[in-house]
Amino acid sequence: MRELLLGRLGWDAIPWHEPILLGTFIGVALGGVALLAVITYFKFWGPLWRDWITSIDHKKIGIMYVILGLVMLLRGFSDAVMMRAQQAMSFGDSAGFLPPHHYDQVFTAHGVIMIFFVAMPLVTGLMNFVVPLQIGARDVAFPFLNNFSFWMTASGAALVMMSLFVGEFARTGWLAYPPLSGIAFSPDVGVDYYIWSLQIAGVGTLLSGINLIVTIVKMRAPGMSLMKMPVFTWTALCTNVLIVAAFPVLTAVLALLSLDRYAGTNFFTNTLGGNAMMYVNLIWIWGHPEVYILILPAFGVFSEIVATFAGKRLFGYASMVYATVVITILSYLVWLHHFFTMGSGASVNSFFGITTMIISIPTGAKIFNWLFTMYHGRIRFELPMMWTIGFICTFTIGGMTGVLLAVPPADFVLHNSLFLVAHFHNVIIGGVVFGMFAGITYWFPKAFGFRLDPFWGKCTFWLWLVGFWIAFTPLYVLGLMGVTRRLSHFDDPSLQIWFQIAAFGAALIFLGISCFIVQIIVSIRRRAQLRDVTGDPWDGRTLEWSTSSPPPPYNFAFTPIVHDNDAWTDMKNNHYVRPAEGFIAIHMPKNTGAGFVIAMLSAACGFALIWHMWLPAAAAFAALLIAIIVHTFNYNRDYHVPAAEVLRVEHARTLSLSGHV
Amino acid sequence: MRYWNPLRALALLPCLLLSGCDWVVLHPFGAIAKQQGHLIVVSTILMLLIVIPVLAMTLSFAWRYRASNAKATYRPDWDHSTSLELLIWSAPLLIIIALGAITWISTHTLDPYRPLDALKAPVADKAACATPLVVEVVALDWKWLFIYPEQGIATVNELVAPVNVPIRFEITSSSVMNSFYIPALAGQIYAMPGMQTELNAVINHAGTYEGFSANYSGAGFSGMHFKFHALAQADFDAWVRQGHVGATSLSRAEYQHLARPSEREPVHRYAGVDSDLYAAILNQCTQTDAACGAMSR
Repeated sequence: MRELLLGRLGWDAIPWHEPILLGTFIGVALGGVALLAVITYFKFWGPLWRDWITSIDHKKIGIMYVILGLVMLLRGFSDAVMMRAQQAMSFGDSAGFLPPHHYDQVFTAHGVIMIFFVAMPLVTGLMNFVVPLQIGARDVAFPFLNNFSFWMTASGAALVMMSLFVGEFARTGWLAYPPLSGIAFSPDVGVDYYIWSLQIAGVGTLLSGINLIVTIVKMRAPGMSLMKMPVFTWTALCTNVLIVAAFPVLTAVLALLSLDRYAGTNFFTNTLGGNAMMYVNLIWIWGHPEVYILILPAFGVFSEIVATFAGKRLFGYASMVYATVVITILSYLVWLHHFFTMGSGASVNSFFGITTMIISIPTGAKIFNWLFTMYHGRIRFELPMMWTIGFICTFTIGGMTGVLLAVPPADFVLHNSLFLVAHFHNVIIGGVVFGMFAGITYWFPKAFGFRLDPFWGKCTFWLWLVGFWIAFTPLYVLGLMGVTRRLSHFDDPSLQIWFQIAAFGAALIFLGISCFIVQIIVSIRRRAQLRDVTGDPWDGRTLEWSTSSPPPPYNFAFTPIVHDNDAWTDMKNNHYVRPAEGFIAIHMPKNTGAGFVIAMLSAACGFALIWHMWLPAAAAFAALLIAIIVHTFNYNRDYHVPAAEVLRVEHARTLSLSGHV
Repeated sequence: MRYWNPLRALALLPCLLLSGCDWVVLHPFGAIAKQQGHLIVVSTILMLLIVIPVLAMTLSFAWRYRASNAKATYRPDWDHSTSLELLIWSAPLLIIIALGAITWISTHTLDPYRPLDALKAPVADKAACATPLVVEVVALDWKWLFIYPEQGIATVNELVAPVNVPIRFEITSSSVMNSFYIPALAGQIYAMPGMQTELNAVINHAGTYEGFSANYSGAGFSGMHFKFHALAQADFDAWVRQGHVGATSLSRAEYQHLARPSEREPVHRYAGVDSDLYAAILNQCTQTDAACGAMSR
């Protein structure tokens, strides 16, 4: 009975003997208690539940995604700092401070968290917030689904965090290749935490992908044909097509792996007909599109920013769109370049090497498009533009080393090396992270009605840029010295200096992240000075800047009509006048707690499955089904914002606008 | 391509800037790795043809068209130029066509499965190409087993080969995936359980080099390295003779013992090897005394 209830969970699952984890746990527990106390003291529970947790407003969900991504960035970055410190110390007789048992979890968790719970929430959050505003919609196509998707992603993140204090995380590397991740070589709960956190978060990602595709396809403002869509929306569309096509593959391959682990099947085992290569193929058929899922929206962000701050139409809009679509298609034809070294024939390797290189053609065209958007422009070097210039310079180098790795014979000597590690951080930090910082800085005033403090923002930017290059240039060098990744100890003392330089770079990035936090705090405190009442602080070009900041729940009192790519610039040039009367009631979706409840039950079910607690797992699953069924009987899903309320909100804005002018 | 001297000199340039340079990937000691390292340099230079102008344009445009520069032209509606767009698509295209051609050719000539004779690699004599030294490589948790089937000996965590003699490695793993990599000799190839990969290479300078697993394989991974000794042919022959002197032979029972997970295993040798052991490892059937059924190699 105890086994059915508690499975393999016992007091020994708590890592009492790991001082780092115990310290972290005490810190997190104290912080958590303090947070709960503050919420209780200020009576925030009601507003938190009504305005945020149950909210189906795409803007609030977008903001929650970004907050989730930033919180998880702190966790993922702590892992990075531990790795850099371990590798800088662990030479010769010194074993460093992390035994392999812990170090191997750290690098696995770092990869998983940074991709699934930092980059993905940031990207999804920006798309969620911006896309409906850019296309002149009131919300996404399926507002409840959007809330549910967010909470599924958050549940996955919660499971990963739980693995820190209850049991352990996978010791397999971020893609958990079998046979190492199979039950024979990883009998502990780590891989199960990996599987269930990704499966639960994956449901959220897939549903949010479907949601945004339908939103973009069906809900554009009248006049906005596909070729008049803002480029960020285009990249969001392509990214979500990639999500919908790629994530089911991840779900399937993880389901097969869990069958191997739970039911004793032999899909990926060494014996009885299992084939680990199948896993490697399948995981990369998801994994390669995944990197474009992350980078395409970043490309979209930069496209918006360059046009805005150069004060100029985007150069080569059609080129940009076709380049995005070509990248979307090609991203499915390159997966094998992740394992040239697993014994494929020369023709197969050449094929995948060359298809990989071909992707650099549309990517190169994009970079030129940004360059020629700057050309004959009038560039204002506000923060988002600085991130963009930093991105172009950094990403171009990262792209070059990527093409180099696509040459199979070169890959044979660089695969799994620190050169590879430097390359993908070069494109993910230089591309996705810089893109997300640029996007957050750019759209922050839209979300909150005041800008972010520029001084601390510049500190953040320069520390990240310089820190990145100091942290990863040594890794390029070490890769050319034949040093490979995931090592927790080195014998050759001459390498140590390079790791110490890299650790210094990581320290600069730490300061960069700290400055970002300071920037947010300072901006909130100085929000009166940084206030923007116009709703258009950057002289923007697309529809989101035509409404107030923050936008009203219904986004636009009247659905705008679009005549040009840069719809808002076009409206401004034609002396658009805000309507002040004639408002009608607006049909809106209603908040619901169902998404939160179902997601929490999923997390509970996942946790029970991880620990083989069969009875609680069955109970949670049954409760989950019941919650879903109950929700289908909820007919109270919408309401109308009365015309008088719209008039009140719009009138208040008219007053604040005239007061400003 | 190998004797394209100006480019090789260029490759040395960044190295000269750093004293005590040991960038083994760019300066290896085996013909295969040399060509692979050379390819890195050629590809990089080819790509710099476009990367350097892009970086220069980024910085110069950003500076010239800054808002405070009133002298710069400002054309807010200029967003299209057919000739320019043709150029920005065709410039990367041309580079990729060149690089693609290099890729196709080099991937085939440097295919690890390809026997060495076609490569014009410096070997002792052409006849040696027909009879390479065969080494069967087994990745174990967490050590390397090298079986010399023709010599009838085996070593753990020590690889020895004569210089200028082609070597054919046949590689597998006992448990999880590893990657067999000696940067000075040639590029890596995975060692995977139940599967065999191959690597053909030659070492051209006597010396001792680092070899290791390049793919994470579990707790003992960081200690999973070995020394690769490249000896003159006579020295190699002497080493083989010496290898026959020991007492222990690598039987299946002995292999069971060896295969148990261990870390930083000291170098040791076996004076004899069961002739079908490697095939049994490859077919995951070392535990049964009976024959392994229809074995594949």
